[in-house]
Amino acid sequence: MMESVATPAHYLVLSAVLFCIGALGMVVRRNLIIMFMSVEIMLNAANLTFVAAANQLGNMDGQAMVFFVMTVAAAEAAIGLAVILALFRNKQTVQADEIGLLKW
Amino acid sequence: MSELWFYLLAGMTVASAAATVLSPNPVHSALSLVITLFFVAVHYIALGAHLVAALQIIVYAGAVMVLFLFVIMLLNLQPDPDESRLNPVSAIATGAALILTVAIGRLMFAFGSTAPVANLPENFGTTKALAGILFRDHIVAFELTSLLLLVAVVGAVVLAQRDKGETRG
Repeated sequence: MMESVATPAHYLVLSAVLFCIGALGMVVRRNLIIMFMSVEIMLNAANLTFVAAANQLGNMDGQAMVFFVMTVAAAEAAIGLAVILALFRNKQTVQADEIGLLKW
Repeated sequence: MSELWFYLLAGMTVASAAATVLSPNPVHSALSLVITLFFVAVHYIALGAHLVAALQIIVYAGAVMVLFLFVIMLLNLQPDPDESRLNPVSAIATGAALILTVAIGRLMFAFGSTAPVANLPENFGTTKALAGILFRDHIVAFELTSLLLLVAVVGAVVLAQRDKGETRG
């Protein structure tokens, strides 16, 4: 009897679940830093999709794409956290619903 | 990897991701996110992406998460008791997320091959093979990436520094 193994489809479904957890966190949480972490979870879900597709298609371009996504995520984290730091310095809060500078 | 191992690891990945999103304490969130990133790296190895898994641990679980933790400590964030309280909006959002999960999951499953890939090339996912793709086929994107990082570094310094007239304290 052949042992059942994990296939690319398994990993694609897992990445869909991870993405939705990240999207939920983005919507539900008010803390800017935790919203940022939710974005990281969503980016990781997208990366997992790329790697699973690379495996399924036997083509390594998906893995190269993950490299670029990681770089952009690192740049995004650096800039985003600097923005949060500047906001906290001015408003003494990181709760998104207390920051309404652009609302009028 | 056998299916049983996959379900075990996938369950722990989802659990730690959920802990990241739901924990009222930002430090607990950050540590759960580190665990999530490690589990995703394990999935990368199972899919034959060895260099990507190493980069995931070094860049994400190492550098990016240190940055997150550093900012949390710097701002001295306290756990927010209101955050975890269930309100109608978050209940609706959770329901919507569940529906979204089923929808995207079905879509992904339809795309995904259910046949395990047996005949991957010998050098699949190695540093040499990935470097060949990065530096030959995607060289323009690679150079643009380095420019992006330079801009990000300058931007982060400009944003995080104090204004000239501002007093320290």
